[in-house]
Amino acid sequence: MSEVKEMLSSVEELERVGIEPEGKGRCGTFIQEDERVVACGIRQSGVDLLPTKRALKELEGTERFLWRALQRDPDLGEFQNGYFIRARKGVRPIFPVQSCLYMGTGGMQHVHNIVVVEDEAELHVITGCTSREIRGTHLGISEFYVGKGATLHFTMIHVWGPDIEALPLTGAIVEEGGVFISDYICMHPGKHIKMSPTAYLRGSGATARLHSVLVAVPGAFMDIGARVHLQAPGTKAELISRAVSMGGTVIARGHLIGEEPRIKAHLECRGLLLREGGVIHAIPELEGRATELEMTHEAAVGKIAREEVEYLMARGLTEEEATAAIVRGFLNVDIIGLPAPLKEELDTLISQSDRESL
Amino acid sequence: MLKIEGLKVEVEDREVLHGIDLHLPVDEVHALMGPNGSGKTTLIMAVMGFERYRITQGRIIFKGKDVTSLPLFERARLGMGLAFQRPPVVRGVKTRQLIEMCAGKRHVDVDAIAQTLNCEEFLYRDVNLGFSGGEMKRSELVQLMAQDPDLVLLDEPESGVDLENIVLLGNAINRLLERDLEPKIEESIRERKARRRKSALIITHTGHILDYVVADKGHVLIEGHLICSGNPKEILRTIERFGYEECARCLR
Repeated sequence: MSEVKEMLSSVEELERVGIEPEGKGRCGTFIQEDERVVACGIRQSGVDLLPTKRALKELEGTERFLWRALQRDPDLGEFQNGYFIRARKGVRPIFPVQSCLYMGTGGMQHVHNIVVVEDEAELHVITGCTSREIRGTHLGISEFYVGKGATLHFTMIHVWGPDIEALPLTGAIVEEGGVFISDYICMHPGKHIKMSPTAYLRGSGATARLHSVLVAVPGAFMDIGARVHLQAPGTKAELISRAVSMGGTVIARGHLIGEEPRIKAHLECRGLLLREGGVIHAIPELEGRATELEMTHEAAVGKIAREEVEYLMARGLTEEEATAAIVRGFLNVDIIGLPAPLKEELDTLISQSDRESL
Repeated sequence: MLKIEGLKVEVEDREVLHGIDLHLPVDEVHALMGPNGSGKTTLIMAVMGFERYRITQGRIIFKGKDVTSLPLFERARLGMGLAFQRPPVVRGVKTRQLIEMCAGKRHVDVDAIAQTLNCEEFLYRDVNLGFSGGEMKRSELVQLMAQDPDLVLLDEPESGVDLENIVLLGNAINRLLERDLEPKIEESIRERKARRRKSALIITHTGHILDYVVADKGHVLIEGHLICSGNPKEILRTIERFGYEECARCLR
């Protein structure tokens, strides 16, 4: 990928948000720097990957995916590309498609992304959003369409510079028997981040699982939610939020709306406060609008239990090692696939906060 | 292996142990008996070094070294291992990961040891999450087998365990303590025993575990005082026949 060399971003910056610079283990790569698309290539037949503007112009019928999963907001103005990814009917690539939205010079980055997974297809998209230490606003609009019996696994990692304001807007429509999985990881929220992706489970048996892993260092503020409308019988949703505060503030929201009978939905909000000055505000909401619903939630905010730390210490782990193992487990770091550089960073953060709390 | 001298221990500002003396030689298994609330758990937790159990007087000598003020993990690394009566849940950490952590730098075959205790099916479950009483006990022992300590502290290993699994646990404890020796052509059991360096202190309320693990000596703890030491079977029979009330008579 020669384009990458011409970019402002370094390989390390890309790797931090889960982007493979050589595209190893990926079936396609899309990179947009500010408003410029610097890489866009796919090696998988049956999968389309294009800059959104080009897709709207060249691929017939794609305009119907614009502003269907989200309500149009005319105040947002004209967007500067973004990616369009479509997995055709029944196509199931082994490797994920990766995309990176990078801000190098500041100002406004406004993208409109569309991911379409047609019936019985299966797609994993890894998106890394990152910036240099500049002042700017990222407006990321994403619309996802998951067809009948299809699966979309969307992993998003945010590493923003301290002066970035990020405003992602995400909407997903899931048809009968479709599965939408969203994993979100944020350790560097920038100056301000507020988002709450919304999924609409339209067809019976559709499933959504949204999982967020949030780590707030001092000065950080993040308002991260997730919302699922269960609009057909037999749909299922699970929202899991795991937040660790090292002194920063996290607002963790979750909102489940059961609109039809025989739905099943669960919400789990857990917060760990590791250092003084941190705030974790869990706001779980359950809204039942039909009979025969099963909606539950679990919320817990607290510190690491001394009992757990000592339990691991009795097995020969130092206090630091024990704390790190507990925090990593708490955040489900292994399941969610945290990029190696972020994993190291997390370990360093944990051991620092450990020393300070002593 | 372990020498406890004049140990006084406080839990939440209340003295629970009022001066305990106990000597556990190398290659011996001792049973610690006593009614609920007599301080049995406090004693082994203090030996292991948990913060909540504050030593106000006395010393703990382990392998000839004064470990009274040594942190918990260093005692573990010196060769102490404890099976908890009610271990905490550690969310997100898989039992398999924990067993690997127990082994430290040594290589262990996790699957093989898990198999000896019928633990394969919970290797991929979160540590102790939703475990039954029996599953917890088995998981604790698998961890100890990976850790391979020289001093094994067991807190009521049989409580909440059904009969079938008590046999399993008994076998595992004997293996841990190298008490399941079989003769080899090149070496007799006697020769192998001579090389054995494992000791254990086993808390038992009912004494059931002693049907499977042979104890060399028994101690009775009443209200924070070690009032009696002797043949474990004899002590147990007395308790079975006359209850701990008879033991309490020895509290002067």
